[in-house]
Amino acid sequence: MQRFMYKYGWSYAFVLPSMATFTIFVLFPVLWAFVISFQDYSIVRGGTWVEPWYDNYVRAFTQQRGVFVIAIRNTLYYSFFTVVANIFIGLALASLIQPLANWLRTFYRSAYYLPAVTSAIVIGMTWSYIFNAQWGFANWLIGLFGFPPVRWLSDPNLALSSVTLSAVLTMPATAVVLFSAAMGSVPREYYEAAELDGAGPVQRWWNITLPLIKSTTLYLTVLYTIASFEVFERIYVMAPSGVGNSTQTIVMQIYQNAFHQFKFGIASAQAFVLFVMVAVLAVIQFRGLRSDVEY
Amino acid sequence: MTKRRRITLGNLLAWFFLILTTVISLFPMYWLFVNALTPIYSSPPLTPILWPAFKLDNIERLLTQGSPYYLRWMLNSVLIAIAVTAWHMVFDSMAGYAFAKRRFPGREVLFWMILSTLMIPPQVTLIPLYLITQNIGLLDTPLAVILPGTAAAFGIFLMRQYIQTLPSELIEAARIDGCSEPRIFFSIILPLCKPAVAALAIFSFVRVWNDFLWPLIAIIKPANYTLTVGIANMQGEFMTDYGILFAAAALAALPMIAFFLLFQKYFLEGVRMGAVKG
Repeated sequence: MQRFMYKYGWSYAFVLPSMATFTIFVLFPVLWAFVISFQDYSIVRGGTWVEPWYDNYVRAFTQQRGVFVIAIRNTLYYSFFTVVANIFIGLALASLIQPLANWLRTFYRSAYYLPAVTSAIVIGMTWSYIFNAQWGFANWLIGLFGFPPVRWLSDPNLALSSVTLSAVLTMPATAVVLFSAAMGSVPREYYEAAELDGAGPVQRWWNITLPLIKSTTLYLTVLYTIASFEVFERIYVMAPSGVGNSTQTIVMQIYQNAFHQFKFGIASAQAFVLFVMVAVLAVIQFRGLRSDVEY
Repeated sequence: MTKRRRITLGNLLAWFFLILTTVISLFPMYWLFVNALTPIYSSPPLTPILWPAFKLDNIERLLTQGSPYYLRWMLNSVLIAIAVTAWHMVFDSMAGYAFAKRRFPGREVLFWMILSTLMIPPQVTLIPLYLITQNIGLLDTPLAVILPGTAAAFGIFLMRQYIQTLPSELIEAARIDGCSEPRIFFSIILPLCKPAVAALAIFSFVRVWNDFLWPLIAIIKPANYTLTVGIANMQGEFMTDYGILFAAAALAALPMIAFFLLFQKYFLEGVRMGAVKG
């Protein structure tokens, strides 16, 4: 025992502080949340098991006339357009700045990155003013082209699309930086060889660049999908009233059920539905990366 | 191999696209600051303001009539962000070093355990965290935000990746010279990790500064709000006085923008090291 501590003591001492906070603030809470998802929990009485054991998972979907289903649909709608736009815009921008001089590349990367360091709350507030129905910039802009003003955030048929549009128009900073890094690490000789064989720039991009940055593309797709599954701040400030149920999202539901209605059991069940959605994506990414081409 | 640039339709389209996206990227922030720096007492004019008047009326009104707590929120956010960042700088480097260079039973299991928490949506732990902080009497204190903030995996991962690239011979040599284990870490490893620790510090600061959902739940009294929670709540309160709201949002964005412009290089380097999502 003494020898064991002498040999490994410092190693454990080095990881102990981190392991302690992870255990207390992540691992234990996750397990407890899993338990609560099968319980009827009240702050005063504590938890009692529900009957049948999966009741919270059923009620997660059926309570309040199935608003959680609407929330999932809205989240998927938001995620689909945001992720597709982020990947394509990121890829296009990284490709276009690749041949530029160093200082220009840094300039563009910074210009795209600047909004990403600003909090989602500030970004969301700003977009809610841009989309203001009376004096917002968006209505003025479309007015220049002769279109009548639009109730971007208060029309239930439009609110979710407006929020999605604001996310699409926020440049995918991480994608630009990571795509450029991946493109920069493709060996020069590949391009030179292809050029000798008479391949044009578009062909070189399609046949060399794209296949070799596949793992970055996959990583970013998963990253952005998980982030948009967890969308909350943007909705919270841009459409606080929910505009009917038209801007309900998964996390919005979890938050409201847990901290407005204090239905901890149902909210936990919904959180685990989100967990499963994210876990499936992570597995897909892991599999995709394993079968990746090496060069 | 330099070729003369020919102006083609493709080139023109590329430049157009780059300039357009730059404008779209920066315009919302620009418009926010333009409005914040132009006196607005109720709603902005119907023709949008596109050039600032460079007057501080809105900001003055924000601090006098807007919220008596605004500067307090900023201070709360700074303190919380510094505390969490300091933790990560010290303890993530230590853990990263142990995982990268030291052999001990359970190393792989512990590392994968930490790494797998990256996959857990933070929303899953909200309810237990609320119950825990309430039970130990920390609800509505800065510690309620600081303590859970210390459990973030990306720093440990980043430091491990970085320290793995350092030569092990350095450590061996120091050990033969009779250097104690803590000294090996503090006077040999840590000074070599400056770029990684800088990236880690910056990202951790930004992440905590921008954090919203947990502080929204954990903090109750307005005086204790963080800046993001404070300005989000002001939005409901000042529905008719947009001058104050523009000022509140712009002033909240300013520190991060300044921070970014100062440490740009580390930010972009840090993203490349695979540090964050954004």
